[in-house]
Amino acid sequence: MSIDYMNTILRPMLEGAQVTILLFFIVIVFSIPLGFLLTLAVRSSIKPLAWIAQAYIFVVRGTPLLLQLLVICFGLPMLPGIGEFLVLPRFMAACIGFVLNYAAYFAEIFRGGLLAIDKGQYEAAQVLGMNKWQSFSRIILPQMFRVALPAVSNESITLVKDTSLLYAVAVPELLHFAQTAVNRDFSIVPYFFAGLIYLIITFILTIVLKKLEKRMKFE
Amino acid sequence: MSLIEVAKLKKAYGDIDVLKQISFGVNKNDVVAMIGPSGSGKSTLLRSLVHLENIDGGSISIAGDYLVNEGIYAKPPEIKKITAKMGMVFQHFNLFPHLTVKENLEIAPKMVKKELSMVLEKRSRELLAKVGLENRASAYPAKLSGGQKQRVAIARALMMEPEILLFDEPTSALDPELTGEVLQVMKDLAEEQMTMIVVTHEMGFAKEVANKVVFMDKGEILETGKPNELFDHPKNERTKLFLQRVN
Repeated sequence: MSIDYMNTILRPMLEGAQVTILLFFIVIVFSIPLGFLLTLAVRSSIKPLAWIAQAYIFVVRGTPLLLQLLVICFGLPMLPGIGEFLVLPRFMAACIGFVLNYAAYFAEIFRGGLLAIDKGQYEAAQVLGMNKWQSFSRIILPQMFRVALPAVSNESITLVKDTSLLYAVAVPELLHFAQTAVNRDFSIVPYFFAGLIYLIITFILTIVLKKLEKRMKFE
Repeated sequence: MSLIEVAKLKKAYGDIDVLKQISFGVNKNDVVAMIGPSGSGKSTLLRSLVHLENIDGGSISIAGDYLVNEGIYAKPPEIKKITAKMGMVFQHFNLFPHLTVKENLEIAPKMVKKELSMVLEKRSRELLAKVGLENRASAYPAKLSGGQKQRVAIARALMMEPEILLFDEPTSALDPELTGEVLQVMKDLAEEQMTMIVVTHEMGFAKEVANKVVFMDKGEILETGKPNELFDHPKNERTKLFLQRVN
């Protein structure tokens, strides 16, 4: 296998990997805060808001991400009347689908994190005179994130691999270029490289997350 | 005048009355030991003083202000002002695990009273020295022993400069060899004329440090008296029985 050949297949794949990584960051940046808001909505004392949030999580977690992406990219534009206004650039539509999906998972993770916090923490904060917001933001939230971090890490590793679903809605990314090369050259090598690139990305991510977990151990 | 005045306090969980018409008073500089079997309502009584429990009837007044008057609570800002006069030490410490010892001490007065860091640093250093932990200021709670944690919790409560300190079984979660260091800190506070209410199973402490002992059973105060009276000449049958069992 010549250096030239590797160059011809790796170059587009690395470009595709940029799309993969870009999607990853967009989803993390938007779905974590959105997921947190969903957690608050689920726990809200305003019942209709809690019901809507619960129904949202139920639907989003109970249906395949692939189906959701197909609906957002191809289904919505078919709606009579409003469909033509729902045609978005494909990558943007996919981003929205991913963010909406991952927010539901993060919401459940954060909810679990909140449940893990001892009620003595709320009581201590109350007796020390802190108001609800002070105790939530300074005492409860940091502990919730610490408890949730391993699950958040796991979810973000899954996200790296889920980005390959872009393939199904025809946004050119890492896997798309690998498949193109496989079809063109009738060779298994591009698959191998694609796998290697995913592994490198998840490896780096794992190291970063482990560092973060260590820093949040509070010992 | 009493610093704390409790009258006809009532609380029920469903059909179970946990507090039945409790009345008692605490004077300034009193050290009150509340003793009695588990489930007698001691902790519930203590917790209702700082509004960690809602009561169903009766009155609580702290330093002349009603926290709750014949079953009707004061308005929330008023409640906050009244409960701020009291600090509380819990059985399970309830230190904030994500903050260092120093941060545990300083966070509440910084956020609630907006005090200056300089003032707080000085006070937290002094209080940590007082409980013998001046060298652990930068440690996280996970690195402390149970006795050390409880001493930090006492210092944290003192940071808010309360007039009254409430202890809810402060040594019950500790290994026997660690109770001494916590009781010593409490003894020092009593000698400095701190007003304290201590729910405890430490009869030795109650005898030695308290000036008033309250015996509770099944949601009622059955007997109140000076330690030597109550321990050596209990009048109530159930008090006698309880003291026989713990001795």
